[in-house]
Amino acid sequence: MKQIPFWRRYARLLRPDVRADVDDELRFHLAAKVDELVAQGVRPDVARREAERQFGELSAVQEVGERLGHDRERTKQRRDYWSGCVQDLRYALRTLRRDRAFTIITVVILALGIAANTAVFSVVNTVLLRPLPFPDSGRLTWLESGRGLNANLREAAGLSGLTYTVAAYEEFQRHNQSFQQVTSYNPFFGNGEFTLTGHGEPQAVLGLMIADNFFQTLGVQPTLGRLLTKEECQKGGRAAALLSYAFWQRQFAGDPNIVGQAIILNKTPVVVVGVMPSSFDFGSVFSPGLRIDLYVPAIMDVVRNWGNTLAVVGRLKPGVGVAQAQAESDILFPQLKAAHPDWFEDYSSTITGLKEFVTGKLRRSLIVLWCAVGVILLIVGVNLLNLLLARAAARSKEFAMRMALGAGRGRLIRQLLTESLVLSIAGALLGLALAFAITIYLAHQGPIALPLLSSVRVDGAALGWTILIAVATAVLFGFAPGLRISAGNLQDALKDAGPGMSAGRKHERMRAALVISEVALACVLLVGAGLLLRSFLRVLDVDLGFQPSRAAVIKVDYDDGNDRNSRVRRGAILREMLRNIDAIPGVEASGIADMLPLGRNRSWGFQAKGKQYPKDMALVALVRIVTPGYLGAMGMHLLEGRDFNWQDTDGREAAVIVNQAAARRFWPGEDPVGRLALVNGDTRVIGVIADVREHSLEFSAQPEMYLSAAQADPEGAELVIRTKLAPEVLASSVMKTLRSLNPAQPAAEFRPLQQIVDHAVSPRRFFVMLVASFALLGLVLASLGIYGVISYSVTRQTQEIGIRMALGATAFQVQRGVIARALRLALAGVTLGTIGSFAAAKWIASLLFGTRPTDPATFAGIVVLLCAVALFAGYLPARRASRIDPMIALRTN
Amino acid sequence: MDKAQLELVRGTLDVLILKALAWGRLHGYAITNLILRQSDEALLVEEGTLYPALWRLENKGLLESEWGLSENNRKAKFYWLTSEGRRHLRQETKTWEAYAAAVGKVLGATRPPVAEES
Repeated sequence: MKQIPFWRRYARLLRPDVRADVDDELRFHLAAKVDELVAQGVRPDVARREAERQFGELSAVQEVGERLGHDRERTKQRRDYWSGCVQDLRYALRTLRRDRAFTIITVVILALGIAANTAVFSVVNTVLLRPLPFPDSGRLTWLESGRGLNANLREAAGLSGLTYTVAAYEEFQRHNQSFQQVTSYNPFFGNGEFTLTGHGEPQAVLGLMIADNFFQTLGVQPTLGRLLTKEECQKGGRAAALLSYAFWQRQFAGDPNIVGQAIILNKTPVVVVGVMPSSFDFGSVFSPGLRIDLYVPAIMDVVRNWGNTLAVVGRLKPGVGVAQAQAESDILFPQLKAAHPDWFEDYSSTITGLKEFVTGKLRRSLIVLWCAVGVILLIVGVNLLNLLLARAAARSKEFAMRMALGAGRGRLIRQLLTESLVLSIAGALLGLALAFAITIYLAHQGPIALPLLSSVRVDGAALGWTILIAVATAVLFGFAPGLRISAGNLQDALKDAGPGMSAGRKHERMRAALVISEVALACVLLVGAGLLLRSFLRVLDVDLGFQPSRAAVIKVDYDDGNDRNSRVRRGAILREMLRNIDAIPGVEASGIADMLPLGRNRSWGFQAKGKQYPKDMALVALVRIVTPGYLGAMGMHLLEGRDFNWQDTDGREAAVIVNQAAARRFWPGEDPVGRLALVNGDTRVIGVIADVREHSLEFSAQPEMYLSAAQADPEGAELVIRTKLAPEVLASSVMKTLRSLNPAQPAAEFRPLQQIVDHAVSPRRFFVMLVASFALLGLVLASLGIYGVISYSVTRQTQEIGIRMALGATAFQVQRGVIARALRLALAGVTLGTIGSFAAAKWIASLLFGTRPTDPATFAGIVVLLCAVALFAGYLPARRASRIDPMIALRTN
Repeated sequence: MDKAQLELVRGTLDVLILKALAWGRLHGYAITNLILRQSDEALLVEEGTLYPALWRLENKGLLESEWGLSENNRKAKFYWLTSEGRRHLRQETKTWEAYAAAVGKVLGATRPPVAEES
């Protein structure tokens, strides 16, 4: 074999030149031919000419050669690259397997961070980012009346202040120019309560009363059958209903033949004309936590004289914006009012996008949540960086060796990147699995009063987000140690194996800075969570005005005939019912109201007789129609006067009990008991009760009035039972008693009163739980960071500590030194974190309840907590340091 | 070189090149010469077909090449077989022998085929 010529060594210095290669090869061929011809006796010049002629003919071959040459180069490069990658991957897997503890910790940390981020992103995406699940939902808007009313009145009037009369709705529908369609439903859900009979036990079902074009406006089609026709929505039309998908599955086992058949609602046959798709969940969009079973027409001619009963939704014409519609309605409603002097108000409306209405109140909370998981991701990242740096420091000799053996800088970085990519892919996969579990869990939190939560899932966008996070983490945290290593001086790295060298110190300073920032971030998170948790406790601590414990509620049904004598008859029926219930062993007290606190409400006009009020004062109060005993069963406090009794019936003087808020507003500075109020006529105030949180735990009470069920017409009936026993024990005996009185009593749920309170605080609980668990995760990660750094520095200083102990330092002194270092790190982090927390707390101030953003207890608590954790994280390595045997320490290395 | 030269049968060039390289590493010119000599001057492979064939075989991974010095100290590209190439050669040789034998049998037949019994 020939010796390798000198230029071969440099052939790879430049990119291979395909063209020259082909040229050279062909030239050699011709030269060889010329040689042969000359050897055969041909004259050299003739031979050369012959060769040149031939070469001309070879230009076509040359082209082929170039093309094939380029192909070859490309595949070669690709092959080299891939084999390099496979090599890197194999090497990465091998080293990671060897460092099992490091790998597991890293993957778990990453998985937790990614799971939290993906799950929260899924929620944010579903609730905030994704459009509502309706076609072209950007054009759907929500109309809320009461823009013309002052804030007081609007608040006092509750839902009644935000809704429309049939006349206002129809007039607006007829005259507006901005909307393609305007539709409505009845948000007083009690109006749609029915008892379903003929299918097993009587069932309480909830129907939503909708206008004829409700589903057409939203753009929802039934999966089976058809929508309601205009005729079915008219007075005297055939009674018809649409089933919700869930109800169809639950009650009729998904039987498609139910369409076209009649079902019995409140003893009246109603034809099922269709089934709505499973994707349409009215409750999750319009009234979180509400389960609608069927959709029935709102017969406008019947609803017409019910007052403000319609919630209005519109679909804008293409190209018309919300602002334009708002401007038009600002002009139109006063005009309509002028044309109808009999209207109570002008129904001036606030128009918002439907999406804004559904999720607007949650925006801030969700963004806070999103930021919290962002901070978690940062802490995870810093922790990983720390771990990788420690590892890189431990491996600096290995890398120096590889560089000395000729590995390129780029190759080393690629190696590190491959490692971190493997780690982050493993973390992402585990995290994704966790996120799936979390989102499934969240989606099945039925009773949480958050919109759209049931449709939360890990979708394409969330997957993309995960991949983005994973890759970004990998690149960032693979590069940083990579750059450090490859930038380092070879000799230094090889020498820096001994402890106490300057580069090692620099390295440690960087890690300390990372730990400090980690603690600071965790501090911000903890303070935020602490403030929210304190707010939550404050909310739970609120004096509800009633006692939710040891009481339960069940919806009851009775037949009062619905005629002129029904009030008297109702009084008798309810009295008999309560007498029977009270006879059940274990029942302490019982009573009935049409609407419970923290649920739906309605308001009627209310004022003291013979008093003049300022013009802009709200002369309304929320109405609850109750039986004697209800106030006691609820555990409300009657401050003055008396409860209703069974003599407060139709024909006797009308009686009313007011709450303190009403007393303060309508009889300022006076005692209202015994005075006359105007509620559909003269009514005698017989008592005053302490305020009840009727709307939400977080807002103070509005004026309320309680009327006797035998003197006013209730809307449904909720039986409240107070008991000495656990409420569940009573469920069957109560139901038996109710059935014996009324065989048509539907199989309703026996709910603890506490459940109603829980539902009202569920959004806050939801956020607090999430933020608190993130903060806890941050705390664990930060303490892990402190532990890692201190533990590493103890290992590194083994020799130094050994010398000091040999010179007479006691174990206590050594321990103190190590712990002091951990505390210094924690304190630096806490100081920075406290500053950050002030800013963060100000930012979440609107989410707090009864807690100042600078709440000293929370801040102090968190500082103490962090220091305690740092103490513990420092104690473990400190104990190890104090047990160093000087002799062994000095001998090693 | 006045002998009657044979046209290369389609598809045989590749296997001829592989066979030529089975003896060791060679440059293109030597391959032509080797085939010419071993076929008793019957087969002349022209440059225009030889080189594209070589390059294609290299791209397929049957050959590898490297620059080296020729007998006359000229820079020349040498080719040799990869293990894949060797395997390919063995296979092709077998196919070719079977083919040649079959064609030989048909052309060398002295009797008409016996009618098959039905």
